Amino acid sequence: MFVRGWGAVSPAGWGAASLVQALEAGVGLATNELVRPGWQKTMRVRSVPKPQARPAFLAHPRLRRSSPVAHYTLAASIEAIGDDASRVADGSVRLGVVFCVMSGCVQYSRRFFDEVLRDPSTASPLVFPETVFNAPASHLSAFLGSSSENYTVVGDSTAFVHGLEIAAHWLGEGRVDGCLVVAAEELDWLTADAFRHFSRSVTCAEGAGAVYLAAAPANSTTVELDAVTDGIPFTDRVSVGDAIRLSAAGLPAAKANELLVDGLRGAARLDRAEVVAWRDWQGPRVSPKSILGEALTASAAWQCVAACESVSSGKHPAARVSVVGPNAQAIAARFKSSRTSS
Amino acid sequence: MERGSKLLQLAAHEAWHQSGWKRHGRIPIVLGTTSAGMGLGEAYFRHAITRPGSQCRQPTRVTYYQPQQHAIDLADAFEFSGPTTIIANACASGANAVGHGWELVRNGRADRVLVGGYDGLSQLVFAGFDSLQALSGTTCRPFDATRNGLALGEGSAVLCLESRDEAIARGALVLGEIIGYGAATDCHHLTQPHPEGNAAIMSMDRACAVARVRPDQIDYVNAHGTGTPLNDSAEASAINRWAGDSVSRCRVSSTKASIGHLLGAAGAVETVICLMTLQEQWLPPETGVEQVDPLCRFDLVRIPQDARVETVLTNSFGFGGANASLVLRRHG
Repeated sequence: MFVRGWGAVSPAGWGAASLVQALEAGVGLATNELVRPGWQKTMRVRSVPKPQARPAFLAHPRLRRSSPVAHYTLAASIEAIGDDASRVADGSVRLGVVFCVMSGCVQYSRRFFDEVLRDPSTASPLVFPETVFNAPASHLSAFLGSSSENYTVVGDSTAFVHGLEIAAHWLGEGRVDGCLVVAAEELDWLTADAFRHFSRSVTCAEGAGAVYLAAAPANSTTVELDAVTDGIPFTDRVSVGDAIRLSAAGLPAAKANELLVDGLRGAARLDRAEVVAWRDWQGPRVSPKSILGEALTASAAWQCVAACESVSSGKHPAARVSVVGPNAQAIAARFKSSRTSS
Repeated sequence: MERGSKLLQLAAHEAWHQSGWKRHGRIPIVLGTTSAGMGLGEAYFRHAITRPGSQCRQPTRVTYYQPQQHAIDLADAFEFSGPTTIIANACASGANAVGHGWELVRNGRADRVLVGGYDGLSQLVFAGFDSLQALSGTTCRPFDATRNGLALGEGSAVLCLESRDEAIARGALVLGEIIGYGAATDCHHLTQPHPEGNAAIMSMDRACAVARVRPDQIDYVNAHGTGTPLNDSAEASAINRWAGDSVSRCRVSSTKASIGHLLGAAGAVETVICLMTLQEQWLPPETGVEQVDPLCRFDLVRIPQDARVETVLTNSFGFGGANASLVLRRHG
């Protein structure tokens, strides 16, 4: 399957270019403070900065009451699909959507449940529908005018790479002509609070990443989705380290100067299994989470966007992505230049 | 364990033992849910705001709130391993999960797949549907002219899917065959279906095309039929148009009148109901209907009845315009 485009919204800014710039700089982005009710102390996070101009898609009636997670979803997807958006609207491209998420629309969910606890009879009917996991995916299909398959896949960070596999399957069967795989997460004190129970050295982040796949290549890009492994769950019988090694072993052999885009966060205890699993890697590597922060499924999407950029720019002939979920499974993918033979 | 995941474990236990499956190297899990472990999410929030300095049991609540943990718990319980997929397409989730799992087997990407749907009732979801004025204040009576809303329920259903050849080769009791799956997206509104059910027609047409059956070959339709005025009129319109000239012979009921709307579990539970109709050769009635909506040009099944049933279709629709249909056939 061919990668026809990609897009990103991240703490580095709106657009894949700002993400790439941050990764090339190689320095952890500045953090900001999030107020946690009941605490004097704030929580350090990496938020998405305000866009330079109000995104045009917010004029669509569907987006009027939507949450940040939907805004990030739309922005990354519109960047990824590019000119094909008009072909979806005129019916010449059947577009599938695989939206991946872990924590979902937590801002509105928290707000709605807070209203319920205060007085359920006045809880807002305007807020509740936006709390449903598939609301951003629904908005995306409505905005682009697509009636084709649309899945919302919930999982840990690995869901995005698994979403690529679902898209490849739909494309292979000829059910859709193009497929947007997008992951998005939004920050809230509630999710930052939840993550803090497992590590205080991880900086939570937010944003989205999208990859647009099609069965045929476009003239402008030459990136191919070469392989996606099975997700290998962490179970009583399979350790995290074993799951990472098993998923990595499922990829084709690496070429010289192939890039590894790993999921290291800069938190020694949480990173240990991944560090050990990839200790024999001799090639170049980049760790987007250590620069951008931990944004769950969106982080995995950023890893894939970074891989696509590196292959597209000609810096590397191929790039492999290692995604290790916080609690469920490990998975891996490989992108290559379509001019390469392996 | 959270309420929804308990229901899932119970259903999986029944399905696993009925299937005769033993430990197996790789079995993908595909589950549908709308709210996963929402009860624990609610408990987490209450604790976080009332006792902000306390961590007591909070990490456990975070872990077991998540649906991927529920899938891992299933794999651990039955000692198998495989990739997990959690589909959250609102109230179509269960049907999407069954359909997606079926495609994995059909395309040779897995020998066996454990599929299902589950949801436990929670305060947030109940208040949410109440805020939308979607709940019936009286009795849930889908396709009744005076229907006034749905009745929420909870539950789970799990199915053990494997290829026909493998099931026959190991001498398994085959409960029925899935032969078609179709999905489509309704862009009309986040919570309201297109008035004429355009995407519903697409999902039924796609499922029938995959199954290679015509509407007049479908012996029974298990409707989504929530009992809300808008859903049922859109679905009735869709079934009328989809069935065409054979609509008066098309037998339809919504079992939500009896068991409620099980949200993410609905599609999977209603698939099981369809398997029961195929096995036992009867049609599940729709209770509570007093005055059939004149929109319904089909035969609304209102009393339990024996019938020859070879092929059935089940519909599931959800918020966000998620539409899914499955076609099942009697085995043998």
